[in-house]
Amino acid sequence: MNEQTTQLILDALGPLLRATVTTTIPLTIISFVLGLVLALGVALMRLSSVRAVSSVARVYVSLVRGTPLLLQLFIIYYGLPAMGVRFDPFPAAVLAFTLNVGGYAAEVIRSAILSVPKGQWEAASTVGMGYVTTLRRVVLPQAARTAIPPLSNTLISLVKDTSLASTIQVTELLRVAQEAAAPTYQFFALYGVAAVYYWVVCLVLSAVQSRLEERQNRYVSA
Amino acid sequence: MTESHTPLRSTCASSAISSRSTAPQPDPLVSVSGLAKSFGDHEVLRSIDFEVAPGSVTVLVGPSGSGKTTVLRSLNALEVADAGVVRIGDVEVDFAQRPVTRREVATLRAQSGMVFQSHHLFPHLTVLENVTAGPVLARRRDRSESEAEAHELLRLVGLAEKAGAYPYQLSGGQQQRVGIARALAVRPQLMLFDEPTSALDPELVGEVLVVMKDLAAHGWTMVVVTHEIRFAQQVADQVLFMDGGVVVERGTPDEVLTRPRTERARQFLHRILDPLD
Repeated sequence: MNEQTTQLILDALGPLLRATVTTTIPLTIISFVLGLVLALGVALMRLSSVRAVSSVARVYVSLVRGTPLLLQLFIIYYGLPAMGVRFDPFPAAVLAFTLNVGGYAAEVIRSAILSVPKGQWEAASTVGMGYVTTLRRVVLPQAARTAIPPLSNTLISLVKDTSLASTIQVTELLRVAQEAAAPTYQFFALYGVAAVYYWVVCLVLSAVQSRLEERQNRYVSA
Repeated sequence: MTESHTPLRSTCASSAISSRSTAPQPDPLVSVSGLAKSFGDHEVLRSIDFEVAPGSVTVLVGPSGSGKTTVLRSLNALEVADAGVVRIGDVEVDFAQRPVTRREVATLRAQSGMVFQSHHLFPHLTVLENVTAGPVLARRRDRSESEAEAHELLRLVGLAEKAGAYPYQLSGGQQQRVGIARALAVRPQLMLFDEPTSALDPELVGEVLVVMKDLAAHGWTMVVVTHEIRFAQQVADQVLFMDGGVVVERGTPDEVLTRPRTERARQFLHRILDPLD
């Protein structure tokens, strides 16, 4: 590696870190949290005994999972303005990723809820709990144990999927690396730095996942 | 578990108990009439009628598939019958009238406490939290008061020192006793037991039956589905023998279990008392 390349990398470390911290991570976290809230709603709709309600949820999940994320981004950012709905790049990306997480995580949450034995619902009901209390105090805490590994997968995928936002003018990590590399054609070096940054973020998330799983296991036999 | 008698008379746990030491009312606490239920083509219950006097113990016996668990689960509407009327105290639900609303179900269910065959304790909560789940999480009663009451109930079932344990750390018999305490904590009028000892190792059955006997002695109204014939003989005021979705025999334990009139009851009792014969 020549001196010029080394200097280029060193110069880029700061801006790439800034893009990670100010854009990639917030984009990931905001989309994931909103996506989870949406997913819980969609999962409960899917589980509803009212046919129309569960059908709406089913179609939504099918659309999200059956179309490319990149296309979803393009439709929101480039397509919706034609219908008079215009978003800035960052909110457009948040919206697209939220809708996407909402679809994938809904299936995870639905199956985690179904994994809680029916007897838990019955027992909760016989001590006087209603639907919401049972869900909040009995079912979701147990479903979390089942849901954490696959939801962590979704989160880690999302970290990397946020790079797609570079295509709609969001100055996140990949886009900053592209911009830094373009004038000098040092793609290998700068994309390498970006890759390491993504990887480190994912490593941290994996560690958090392990901690959460340990915590969840405290009430089951070792 | 002799020490367990004292807490029953003290403080809050006793309020539910002392109310039933008043003069026995002539009216039955529970009355069931015309209860019927089918799963598809299969008729699990055909017109079940019975009454339960306050402070009495009713035991349902019969072969598996005879409908006794469905009867029990109809008393708190965990099973929604196709027809029939269930009344507990002032609360009456007519299952023939559709739809049976969620509110009706909740009101009926609130009249009783239930102990399940496979305990269904909340695995993510401690023993104490399991017992206070009803009063605190569902009924929004005062937490410290409910905890004091829960400790009393745990002493009653002989598990005072297990308050901080998680269910997985307990034996099957202990789990079942926590289940009893959890059901008592909602101060029900009636206790329902669905084969409470069937899933237990034989050596753990006794500790659960002793607690149940204790409750009966303190005047709790109980409806029990069980295969423990000796328990029924000692504790029951009324025994219903069910087969094929109907009550085939009813009467005192002596009448139904010692001198059964029907061949079906005789055969059933023979099978479970002398399985090798």
